[in-house]
Amino acid sequence: MRIVLAEDHFLLRDGLIRLLQAYGHEVVAAVDNGSDLLAALTAERPDVAIVDVRLPPNFTDEGLRAVLSARRTMPDLPVLLLSQYVEPLYARELLASGGRGVGYMLKDRVTNGSQFLDSIRRVAEGGTAMDPEVISQLLVRKERDESVGSLSAREREVLEWVAQGRSNAGIAQGLFITEKAVAKHISSIFTKLGLLPADADNRRVLAVLAYLDQ
Amino acid sequence: MDRTMQLGGSPSAVEIKGFSVPAGFTGLRRALELCRLSVVACGLTLVVTTAISLPGLRLGLVPRAMARVRALADRQRERAASWSGVQIPGPPAPLPPVPTDASGMIARYRWITGDPQTRREFAWVFTDPFVGAFLAFVPVALLLSGLWGIFLAFFGVPLSAEVDGLWYEFVPINGTATAVLAGVLGLAQLPLALWVAPRAVRRHALYTRSMLAPGEQELMASRIEHLTTTRSSAVDTQMAEIRRIERDLHDGAQARLVAMGMTLDAAEHLLESNPEAVRALLIEARQSSSKALEEIRNLVRGIHPPVLADRGLADAVRALAMVCPVPTEVEVDLPGRPEMPVESAAYFAVSEILTNVAKHSHADRARIDIRYDHGVLRITVTDSGRGGADASRGTGLRGIERRLATFDGVVAVNSPANGPTVVTMELPCALSSPKTTSS
Repeated sequence: MRIVLAEDHFLLRDGLIRLLQAYGHEVVAAVDNGSDLLAALTAERPDVAIVDVRLPPNFTDEGLRAVLSARRTMPDLPVLLLSQYVEPLYARELLASGGRGVGYMLKDRVTNGSQFLDSIRRVAEGGTAMDPEVISQLLVRKERDESVGSLSAREREVLEWVAQGRSNAGIAQGLFITEKAVAKHISSIFTKLGLLPADADNRRVLAVLAYLDQ
Repeated sequence: MDRTMQLGGSPSAVEIKGFSVPAGFTGLRRALELCRLSVVACGLTLVVTTAISLPGLRLGLVPRAMARVRALADRQRERAASWSGVQIPGPPAPLPPVPTDASGMIARYRWITGDPQTRREFAWVFTDPFVGAFLAFVPVALLLSGLWGIFLAFFGVPLSAEVDGLWYEFVPINGTATAVLAGVLGLAQLPLALWVAPRAVRRHALYTRSMLAPGEQELMASRIEHLTTTRSSAVDTQMAEIRRIERDLHDGAQARLVAMGMTLDAAEHLLESNPEAVRALLIEARQSSSKALEEIRNLVRGIHPPVLADRGLADAVRALAMVCPVPTEVEVDLPGRPEMPVESAAYFAVSEILTNVAKHSHADRARIDIRYDHGVLRITVTDSGRGGADASRGTGLRGIERRLATFDGVVAVNSPANGPTVVTMELPCALSSPKTTSS
């Protein structure tokens, strides 16, 4: 895959490049600030962009802003955001920017190489990869929200895994149930959240969005 | 409320211009009310003097009498503010404590004059029946005298036959011509009364302020006292915070890094002899590193949340609302960003309040309103809960109070039984112009 990388910390940038190359990917541009990132994304149109949220010059959320503005012109550009912290507010903004091919992970997750690479692959293919911590922060709230009360505990659990961007097989493995059971739960979630079969392609993302916005 | 301690003078009362009949009537009504209050003041003068001279233990009835005087003075302050826009600062403190070891007239007098505010009120209650009453009575007198003139125009002639030397102002009433003159004079006085009335009310307010308002020096002293307390509490809070951070780092991340170093050291030694064990140790080391990161992350959230640094108060509060177990609506009207310390104080105050809402209120929804006008950041948190929150009981609210006091901010809680609970915070601050985003 052709990858654009934005990370201001030299060691981490270097390490990420090496990691990605070791898995046979090509880093077509590695930048260390927001405006360079925007330029690189427009010029290279990579298969996926891996972006640190906090970048120079202001060290606030330049990375996120650059990504959001890039996705306004290229809505299908897959982006995986990395951050020292996960902030549900940013997760929602990211999901709302088009909903396809977005990821938001804690930086520590890169220490687990194969899982990290798996997330990159999912995002590049148009899926989602949300850090479990984002989901758990949001669930604190949702558990008491009556409007989601219609979902059963198991369905909520499944949705949580869907939100992380897992496939049916992955969910089945994680929850120790059959894939068929997962599929049944998911179709019941879709019905309860009012999602039509017509949206098939990105229904999973829509489900997460609907869930977060309720 | 500490706002009484603010320096920098009250906004001057609005000058009254022109003539309007409704305003005149309102003025007259108010002047009458002021006259009535002067009569009450007159009664209180008697009560106070009697209380001072009455035999009895300790201070006798003096503190109670002075409490009545203060209540009356408070009413006058209110009137001055709402009728004439004359702000009278004070009273900044409750009545001074009653000494238990002194009695007699001199001690009583000393108790009154020992506290500047009480002394001023004492002087005021003695002068108000004269000066205040005079100011308030002028328009009323003009009105009455005008009516009397008109009365004389009709009944002056028969009346002069009965009463010897009947005069209306400077006109001796002795025939139809003079009676009519009295009527004309009286009629002319009615608009004069209406013109004078609002002005007299305003004069009265200014006079009351001159009697009751503390001097600049006294305000300065109380301001300094306020600053000293809030500064020392700010320093204490900060110190406690630093100690907590130090402890958290020491027990958390630091300890984990040490453990990690040891694990890696053990792994190094086992590398040759037992590669299987090394794998386990490496996994352990990686877990330690992610635990350490997690702890540092939580610590930083408590010091200065990244979203607050990135986006400012509005989005940081929205982020709080997003993760609050009670569904919370956020409405923000902020043309810029407050100073960072103010922002942080406001953020943590809202966070604390939301925690309380989630824990105690049993609310099913909440609402946060943030707006800024006239140099004051005002945050209102309303919940639909069962109410009955007691501001004096929770340590959380005390903490918010302290946090805000450093910036001259205040917090007020209104929580009737069965709700809703409304917490209002006000923070005087300046806003920086909105940051231009380079997106």
